[in-house]
Amino acid sequence: MKIPSIQSMLDGAHGNHQTLWQYVLQSEFLDSGVPAEKLIERVLSTYSIMKKAVENGIRENGPSLSGLTGGDAFKYNTYMISGRSLLSSFNARAIAYAIATNEQNASMGVIVAAPTAGASGILPGVLIAAQQEFGFSDEDIVHSLIVASGIGAVIATRATVSGAAGGCQAEVGSAASMAAGALTFLLGGNDEQVVHASALALKNSLGLACDPVAGLVEVPCIKRNGVYASMAITACDMALAGIKSVIPPDEVIDAMFQIGSILPSSIRETAEGGLAITPTGIEAKKRIFGIKE
Amino acid sequence: MAVGMFDMLGPITVGPSSSHTAGAVRIGLACRTILKEKVIKAKITFYGSFAMTYKGHGTDKAVVGGLLGFGTSDLRVRDSLKLASEMGLSYSIHTDDNPRYHPNTVYIEAESEHNKLALRGVSVGGGAIKLTEINGFEVSVNCNADTLIVFGRDVIGVFYSIAAILKDRHYNIATIYLDRERRAGDTVIVIETDQAVDSDTVAKIQNMENIIGVVAIEKF
Repeated sequence: MKIPSIQSMLDGAHGNHQTLWQYVLQSEFLDSGVPAEKLIERVLSTYSIMKKAVENGIRENGPSLSGLTGGDAFKYNTYMISGRSLLSSFNARAIAYAIATNEQNASMGVIVAAPTAGASGILPGVLIAAQQEFGFSDEDIVHSLIVASGIGAVIATRATVSGAAGGCQAEVGSAASMAAGALTFLLGGNDEQVVHASALALKNSLGLACDPVAGLVEVPCIKRNGVYASMAITACDMALAGIKSVIPPDEVIDAMFQIGSILPSSIRETAEGGLAITPTGIEAKKRIFGIKE
Repeated sequence: MAVGMFDMLGPITVGPSSSHTAGAVRIGLACRTILKEKVIKAKITFYGSFAMTYKGHGTDKAVVGGLLGFGTSDLRVRDSLKLASEMGLSYSIHTDDNPRYHPNTVYIEAESEHNKLALRGVSVGGGAIKLTEINGFEVSVNCNADTLIVFGRDVIGVFYSIAAILKDRHYNIATIYLDRERRAGDTVIVIETDQAVDSDTVAKIQNMENIIGVVAIEKF
């Protein structure tokens, strides 16, 4: 799809009397030549893979490939079911599922990068939780995923979704932005609220460092997917209350890119800064890769 | 550049890393695709970041999974090292600290029942790959399109003759890349076509004068 800005997405949908998902779907059809029903079919099968990853992730309690992480989705899911969570059942579910997906990623399970593997838990976590909690149909979820892809495509076009280029704000921030917009759409928010939810989520991710221990997509990525699933829900909630981002969505995206370009490379997925070079981080790296003193 | 819907909702892949896992699966798969037969033996050498971190990223499982014919979203990749012996592939993993190669590089020396292949591949990010060397020839192939790689002598008319055969058989050429080691030496021609070139056409090109070898890769 070729959508240069959030504003053009709003204007395009409005001008064509389309919903946001219809506009994004049409843009994808015009660009790829793949008919709308085929695209919808593929989004639906993508969603089924997201659900499978969550199912596996909350059940499998084992360690990741490196042994650094694992079992946290199981832990949080058990805690949530016990009813002791401080959060709403929906919010807690989203956290459990986001962590579950990212733990699957770390243990070579099959996941959907959304938009990246490192941030793959947030969008499915939020939407699968919403479906279970509020009873939305698969069709509703597919429409929301299409809206999310439109928001993501604008971010990738105007800025970047790569941690190496823009830090974690570009990965987890973009995923949270997509999830916040998709959830707002799902819950019946108007177009304006959808894009402001996505802007609020991205705005509150700005500057986030990508400093993974041993260069592996585990620490801090897995728990961060959980926390930012929750943040996406918060952004959605604010937008549904009528709160707007003072800085318009496109300008927030541009700010994310500008910040990414001035982040030092040591905190852009190189594992040369931040958490990666803490004594514990360095010790873990030596252990995993068998590096001798 | 347009960003597709499934760039944002995908790729669907085994974790944990698109470059260190998904890309590595695809390089192994490229090897299997070029050989067109079951791979029975493989010596796998990792360079740079692959050499340093392959254990944490499962890059070894990824390459072996690809060699066994598993795609990037095939959960069997996770157990490929165990499955290899059951499926008749004997492999060995090596590391090399030669800094000449891109951080995410793997060199595979593979054998099938009738063929041998030495392939160097680079994982360039997001699951995308570039094959940079085939049987000692430098190439640049990304496997996103049906591709014909022709190794020949650098003499007048070689490309013309190949193009004429493709035209006669109604293959549209999408892109070409032509390089040579030196004047009148060996040349390599990489041709991306809109449809996969059939084996009869490949054989016809193979039998032309001044042709050393032809490799056809169907996009994957």
